Amino acid sequence: MEIDPFIFRLSIFILSIFVGYYVVWSVTPSLHTPLMSVTNAISSVIIVGAIIAALSGSDGVVFSSSSIYGFLAIILAAVNIFGGFLVTQRMLAMYKKKKKDK
Amino acid sequence: MSANLSAILYLVSGVLFILALRGLSSPETSRQGNLFGIIGMVIAVTVTFLSVGNFSSGFIYVLMFLAIGGSIGAFIAYRIPMTAMPELVAGFHSLVGLAAVFVAISAFINPAAFNLGTPGNIKLASLIEMAIGAAVGAITFSGSIIAFLKLQGIMSGAPITFKGQHLVNALLLILIVILTIYLCSTQSSNLFWILIAVSFLIGFLIIIPIGGADMPVVISMLNSYSGWAAAGIGFTLENTALIITGALVGSSGAILSYIMCKGMNRSFFNVILGGFGATDQTSSSQQSKEQRPVKSGNADDAAFLMKNASSVIIVPGYGMAVAQAQHALREMVDTLKKNDIKVSYAIHPVAGRMPGHMNVLLAEANVPYDEVFELEEINSDFANADVAFVIGANDVTNPVAKTDPQSPIYGMPVLDVEKTKSVLFVKRSLSPGYAGIDNDLFYKENTLMLFADAKKMVEEITKALD
Repeated sequence: MEIDPFIFRLSIFILSIFVGYYVVWSVTPSLHTPLMSVTNAISSVIIVGAIIAALSGSDGVVFSSSSIYGFLAIILAAVNIFGGFLVTQRMLAMYKKKKKDK
Repeated sequence: MSANLSAILYLVSGVLFILALRGLSSPETSRQGNLFGIIGMVIAVTVTFLSVGNFSSGFIYVLMFLAIGGSIGAFIAYRIPMTAMPELVAGFHSLVGLAAVFVAISAFINPAAFNLGTPGNIKLASLIEMAIGAAVGAITFSGSIIAFLKLQGIMSGAPITFKGQHLVNALLLILIVILTIYLCSTQSSNLFWILIAVSFLIGFLIIIPIGGADMPVVISMLNSYSGWAAAGIGFTLENTALIITGALVGSSGAILSYIMCKGMNRSFFNVILGGFGATDQTSSSQQSKEQRPVKSGNADDAAFLMKNASSVIIVPGYGMAVAQAQHALREMVDTLKKNDIKVSYAIHPVAGRMPGHMNVLLAEANVPYDEVFELEEINSDFANADVAFVIGANDVTNPVAKTDPQSPIYGMPVLDVEKTKSVLFVKRSLSPGYAGIDNDLFYKENTLMLFADAKKMVEEITKALD
């Protein structure tokens, strides 16, 4: 009997939870705010679904009842992607070590 | 592009996201980590364009909407003050939630575009995944909006509770499960809309009873939800990048919530069921109203004490963020350092309104991160320090947490500020903190209260030090 592809995806999901668990515990507490903003940015990879939805209209029809939701989701996810990564970068640029110039 | 190649590239972008989080294990590698994240995102988006392979007029519109959203995001990212990070993150969570809902709706209306069957005849597994993605997304959206409004101060930070609240929430949750089951058997679009509406309502109801000081837990929890919503959609779309990311974000948010709860010595359910200090605070605060004497001083007294100290530990809290005092504080510390006084910063896990909030503010004020310490690292140093300078923190320094089993914060890890030779406490008044309890530290013999706005007081001390 063949294995349902769902099982493969479930395996990836479960293993990723474990990867996430160990990786996040190793994040230094002083970077917890950038951690939240960067997880925010990467969870916007949901834009993948938004793009598929937006381009689902049949030929000639750009805005159908289903693609319009895709377009809206693209805007939301894009705000998050650009906003999330840039604000993280801005924050991380501020973390500096003590200057040893004495 | 072949389905196998795109699946592998999605996997690559998932791995890059893991590396992005891994980079945050130290500030040196963190910037590189962020870059990995950006590359992962670029790969995921590019692969999606190539595998859909539709470069008609719709594609132009997609790029246009991407540019619109992107410029709004970039504008916000550059303009937002660091003190407003909690609001920003809450706002961003709501966007992820709503995007998940929109994608689920679109997949429900036009399942053929996603290879999920035809309207009214969607594959059962996909339908369940869709319903979960939409419901969690909707909860994330409305919950984050409330958190955002509370953090912005548009809505009162005080917990809003009503009778039978938990019963209503429980019934609504059961309703969601029932709706999902009926949705699967009937494929009715009306049920799908009702499911989303009920989820919006429950997100709203879950967050309104939670008070301002519990926001670190709420934000982490919503962070986690936004991840699970993304994972749900990932299963619907059979997309590895989304599934991996969803799992990462989901567990990241869950761990942060756990750390925050531990920092307050409260169980997760205790926070979620809400209303910290909303119930029995009146009795305890009235008892302690019997005017105990406090010593208060001015900037000159504080400057004198610190000038004669050899080591000073600074304890910042949310009040510092509110007063925007971080830059002034750094200037004061610079003056102290010129006088060869050792200065370090002590950060409590729940200081501020989100995990790591104080660290970002200090970093913004150019405080080197190797002068900033977590509770466990620095707590034993208080006994050897000459001066503890508490600015905008309160409950996290309260020794009652160690001594009085009756206290609502008993057992919460606190900074051992009372062990220092002298304590300087910058505060506007003697009012209790968010836990609604009096701080014993105010009345200790070695405590000097500095009643003023944090920023003004710090500036005055700096002047007096010169």
